[in-house]
Amino acid sequence: MLRMFRIIGRNIRDAFRSIFRNFSLSVASISCITITLIVVALALILSSNFDNFTKLMKEDFTIVVFLDNKIDQVGIEQVEMEIEKLENLDSYEFESKEKIAASLMQTSDIFKNIMKDWESTNNPLQDTFLVKVNEVEKIKTTADEIKGIEGVSVVKYGEGIVEKLLAVFNNVEKALVIIVIALTFVTAFLITNTIKLTIFSRKKEIEIMRLVGASNINIELPFVIEGLFLGILGSLIPVIMVIYGYANIYINFDGQLFSPFIQLVQPEPFIYFISLGLCGIGIIVGMMGSLIAVRKYLKI
Amino acid sequence: MELIRIKGVDKQYNNGVTAIYDLNLKVKKGDFIFVIGASGSGKSTLIKLLYREEKPTKGQIIVGGIDVAKLKNNKVYKLRRKLGIVFQDFKLLPKLNVFENVAFALEMYGNPMGEVRKKTLKALELVGLKNKAKQYPDKLSGGEQQRVAIARAIVNGPKLLLCDEPTGNLDPDTSYEILKVLEVINNLGTTVIMATHDREMVNKFKKRVIVLDNGKLIKDYEKGSYTDVEDV
Repeated sequence: MLRMFRIIGRNIRDAFRSIFRNFSLSVASISCITITLIVVALALILSSNFDNFTKLMKEDFTIVVFLDNKIDQVGIEQVEMEIEKLENLDSYEFESKEKIAASLMQTSDIFKNIMKDWESTNNPLQDTFLVKVNEVEKIKTTADEIKGIEGVSVVKYGEGIVEKLLAVFNNVEKALVIIVIALTFVTAFLITNTIKLTIFSRKKEIEIMRLVGASNINIELPFVIEGLFLGILGSLIPVIMVIYGYANIYINFDGQLFSPFIQLVQPEPFIYFISLGLCGIGIIVGMMGSLIAVRKYLKI
Repeated sequence: MELIRIKGVDKQYNNGVTAIYDLNLKVKKGDFIFVIGASGSGKSTLIKLLYREEKPTKGQIIVGGIDVAKLKNNKVYKLRRKLGIVFQDFKLLPKLNVFENVAFALEMYGNPMGEVRKKTLKALELVGLKNKAKQYPDKLSGGEQQRVAIARAIVNGPKLLLCDEPTGNLDPDTSYEILKVLEVINNLGTTVIMATHDREMVNKFKKRVIVLDNGKLIKDYEKGSYTDVEDV
């Protein structure tokens, strides 16, 4: 047990020592990790924000249900009951024609002049239900179901545009996922290769370790621990950039990009998740890279 | 007591060259053996078989109770910890100083710091380099570097010391010093097997000499010299 601790302690010391003694190679590995992680960070931030944007957009999709003008209070309640039964229902809201008229009158004097004399009997507007759905993808089916309810005259949900938007969102989301995954692989590949090069120059060291009776684990351990430190050091700059950079962008842009339509993701806890992810990728890839590289020179 | 037994060993490399042919050999504890023969006679292969850098194609090699031929790659370290190896090109780590080079193996096994220090200094004292512990290998002469390599090989108190042309890069005076060091180590109880070309040293030290020719053991003298060989 004590021997185990001594071996690990010695390995940590040696890892530090060899990072400094092979300084230029360490710098090469660390900067490779840093640069690739910055790219990964950008991709993660972009895709998270896009995801956030589409989610907010989807939440805004609404079916507007116009009721027959001749409908009475009982009829409205019946329609309401039917809407409540809908499977895909998220929430709904009733707007009476009086309320609509009132809100329209507030928007301009012209409306005010025209509408001020309207009574419930001669108000040409229609009572409406504003329906929000759970799954935007099924909005058309839900709209059709509503159309079948007695007392409903017209159903509008932005037909055509909604479908196109959804298709675009879907494609962009897929593309972003692929890009992030591909980038992670490229990162792993680049870092592994850089570490391989640095370990290649230490082939002699590994050979001598084998000759003096180092077991495979004896040889792997210091390199893996070194990989861990390289990963941590390499993710330092990307993490700082994410934490301070993103928070600053968020504040400078007031939390939105160009228009209130595109809301940015709140910096907290978002930046911490991203940082944790970057650190994790750096450490795992650093350790794996070292292990793969050193194993090339072992007889297993 | 028998330390090494080699029985019916053939070694054929992948390229088809047979380096060792039907070798039988017994080595007692405390022996000092010169392995001589022309280039390509199989000297280095014999040494490599003994520390399991190469596996025999046929036959059995027992070193200190370990069946070397059957040893798996990931268990080779168990054999290596029982023996020391010295090469013509020293194989020192240039970025470690003399002390660190010698302490390298002991530290890897997880020995306590105090013990590592004690054993390392003792080994350096034995080869006469205690005063150069802080130097880096590139500041040392060839003979000194080889003595560091010997100190590294014996620091763990191995029963067997294998030397593959340890004086190949050294001038006669330095070679003589190295042989003296090896003799001291041998007198302390370590078995020494040394592959060499060095006619002068073999003749001077009068040890057991085995002669390889084209992979075959052709002579085994108790106290041999090169003159015996030339008679063959």
